[in-house]
Amino acid sequence: MYTQALNTAETDDRGLEEAGRAAQFQARIDAEERIEPNDWMPAAYRKTLTRQISQHAHSEIVGMLPEGNWITRAPTLRRKAALLAKVQDECGHGLYLYAAAETLGTSREELVDAMLAGKAKYSSIFNYPTLTWADIGTIGWLVDGAAIMNQIPLCRCSYGPYARAMIRVCKEESFHQRQGYEIMLTLCRGSDEQKAMAQDALNRWWWPVLMMFGPPDATSQHSDTSTKWKIKRFSNDELRQKFVDATVPQAQYLGLAIPDPGMTQDAEGHWRYSEIDWTEFKQVLAGNGPCNRDRLAARRRSHDEGAWVREAAASYAAKRAQRQTAQAAE
Amino acid sequence: MLVANIQVAETPLVLYALRRADDALILGHRLSEWCGHAPMLEEDMALSNIALDLIGQARELYTYAAKAEGKDNDEDKLAYLRDVRQYRNLLLVEQPNGDFAQTLVRQFFYSAFADLYWRAMMASRDPTLAAIAAKSEKESAYHLRHASEWIIRLGDGTGESHARVQAAIDHLWAFTGEMFAVDDGERALIHAGIAIDPGSLRGRWLTTLSDVISEATLTLPQNDWMQQGGRSGRHSEHLGHLLSELQSMQRTFPGQTW
Repeated sequence: MYTQALNTAETDDRGLEEAGRAAQFQARIDAEERIEPNDWMPAAYRKTLTRQISQHAHSEIVGMLPEGNWITRAPTLRRKAALLAKVQDECGHGLYLYAAAETLGTSREELVDAMLAGKAKYSSIFNYPTLTWADIGTIGWLVDGAAIMNQIPLCRCSYGPYARAMIRVCKEESFHQRQGYEIMLTLCRGSDEQKAMAQDALNRWWWPVLMMFGPPDATSQHSDTSTKWKIKRFSNDELRQKFVDATVPQAQYLGLAIPDPGMTQDAEGHWRYSEIDWTEFKQVLAGNGPCNRDRLAARRRSHDEGAWVREAAASYAAKRAQRQTAQAAE
Repeated sequence: MLVANIQVAETPLVLYALRRADDALILGHRLSEWCGHAPMLEEDMALSNIALDLIGQARELYTYAAKAEGKDNDEDKLAYLRDVRQYRNLLLVEQPNGDFAQTLVRQFFYSAFADLYWRAMMASRDPTLAAIAAKSEKESAYHLRHASEWIIRLGDGTGESHARVQAAIDHLWAFTGEMFAVDDGERALIHAGIAIDPGSLRGRWLTTLSDVISEATLTLPQNDWMQQGGRSGRHSEHLGHLLSELQSMQRTFPGQTW
């Protein structure tokens, strides 16, 4: 940068070359071709995707905590096994997504370090606490439901490794969503106490779940370029509306009330929800949600307490490689 | 509301199935405590996997125990409505996770036994137990391989990991004798070809241990004093806390469907 004045001509050439590549790149995107790790891509595309995929991976990993909170207390052995398998699936998604992010040139360690340092974000929904068993049903039904709404279009994302990861992730998420809904159904067909537990969970999770789709279109920062690059195919508000329209009949079937007395159905059948409290969203995003500190502290504790194990594994692998080399030399 | 403990008519066969079911559930529960907190994501996956296998074994064994008892108990009543004194698991499996080394040593001691045990039980004259054994044997073989690899890595890793895993071996050693103990009821089942004599597995169990421990540059303790009591419900203080968590929903909201 500081030597700009000395090699103007070269920069111009490079600029031209770059512009040509960018046009070619955009033409491939427009033709719905997949971009693969070794293909040329604009630095901003790489950066946007690294940010998005790693945030997604962090969300899967931090998301293990609120649900993991109930593994040891699940009410039956069948529920215990299903919940443990679900949280394990999320870990698998995290691993899979870190691997997809690594294809863009940043290592998992660097990505995780950024999260632990509080520099990288994860989905704010996981900064809310799971207080009762009904929260486990509600997370499956609504949080995974919202995630699917967001992720189905990502199966066609222009970046190949991410799109392929999303296909697998979506399959498992839709299984989780049905499992969550089935927990809710069981509660709603149960005792008054169980039904009240289900309603209370819906009351607490409804608005935070709507916020999962991100800020309203009018204020969203990333949408324009992400749309052009076919990373994002629907706007935040479009996806949010789709989710609400799909969810209201499900709540009605359960006999639960959506905690939005102002909600009305318009002439086209869309359920129009009331104004979302974006102040709360911003507060949680800024680190002031009910569990932000606990979640980060839990991840940091596991990381720190596990350091000696990772060091031991690395040291053993190095010793073994050395021995094998020595053996081969004999 | 207080929920009374169920009563179980512990015939030798019911008790036999219950003891193995309790081993699997309590160890599976302990491993599930790691989920989301392991030293690396790969181990969150692996420990959850092993926990799932064990909880699956427990469910089959409880269901069989309930069937053998022939009353209206089922897997959930057996798991959620018996108190500490009614639990029949080995003291080894209820020991707290401690650090990663302690968890893996506990797993190693148990899996090295379970692998041999389930393989031998495939020849049981009881077809249900033989079928459970056939499935559990495959799972246990993987659990043993996973634990053995970690014992070697930790033992031959860094000075710190070596010290931690050796401390875990020294600490947990006294809980291993119980695996080979047999009472009169079990002796009758062994005689009938339904159960196998665990004492006959001890030699091979020790060989597995010695091979792995020596490759890991570790040593087995010399002391031979063994703690016992789990099989008859005389547990360590740790089990009560585990059960109060495990059973909290069923105890708080009795008789409901979940």
